Amino acid sequence: MSDVQSVLGGASFDGAVKVTEAGVQGMITLRGDLGSEALAKAVKSAVGLAVPAPLAVKSGAKGAVAWMSPDELLLTVPYDQAEAAVAKLTKALADEHHLAVNVSDARAVFTLSGDAVRDVLAKGTPADVSPAGFKPGVIRRSQLGLVAAAFWMTSDTEVTVVCFRSVGEYMYNWLCTAAKPGTLPIVS
Amino acid sequence: MLLLTCPNCGVEADETELSAGGQAHLKRFAAGSSDDEFESYLFHRSNAKGVHFERWRHSYGCGKWFLAARDTNTLEVFGTYPAQTPEPPKDLIAAIKKKRPDWKGFAK
Repeated sequence: MSDVQSVLGGASFDGAVKVTEAGVQGMITLRGDLGSEALAKAVKSAVGLAVPAPLAVKSGAKGAVAWMSPDELLLTVPYDQAEAAVAKLTKALADEHHLAVNVSDARAVFTLSGDAVRDVLAKGTPADVSPAGFKPGVIRRSQLGLVAAAFWMTSDTEVTVVCFRSVGEYMYNWLCTAAKPGTLPIVS
Repeated sequence: MLLLTCPNCGVEADETELSAGGQAHLKRFAAGSSDDEFESYLFHRSNAKGVHFERWRHSYGCGKWFLAARDTNTLEVFGTYPAQTPEPPKDLIAAIKKKRPDWKGFAK
């Protein structure tokens, strides 16, 4: 087995919020009819969770599942289990029109933690990141900086950001710049 | 700034999250049509100052196409609806007529 490297080798930056490159993460793109029973069953057996509602993300002990579009889900599992999970999904959905692909190596994952995570995101995305529109359990796909990204809150002070690996370094630099100490509005 | 609500995911998306796809509800003329029809299908577009129906793609979001009715002059958005709609919904047309009594109506 090759020595798997994440895009920035787990780099981290302590600024107004802490930016960490989260390392490798197993990710599976699953496309198909999200209303079908077979798909719901397959997702349940892969990550132990039900198909989420639009814009929702759920996580459990086995992994997480996020709603990406009306016909697409993103499943996350431990990196070394992704291939097996894809094989299982493909087998379970053999009779349905679907697509299950291991995209782990195509992605970069970052974690932002700190009280000001919303302010950091708000510097570079048109998406609503106020508590009214963005809270734990909600996933948004939008623009961050100049590139496409998906982000969701894992707690009130922690955000996971996913982007293409090809722009991983850009994203890290952008996040570090946005999280530079002294550049955020002072909240009294 | 233009905000359109994507009917596919329900997000009120900013213009920067979207890609414009030009005029909506074009009738396609392909093999078997006359040269004039084909030329008009390929090149002729309405350039309305006022009510306009457009195609948009939520490219940074869910990636799906949808249609929108808006005023090109004031940027007022009348509504958005799924891309799988052959012509503007009747209630949307009625709502636009109420706001723009001078509007001549949707022309194919």
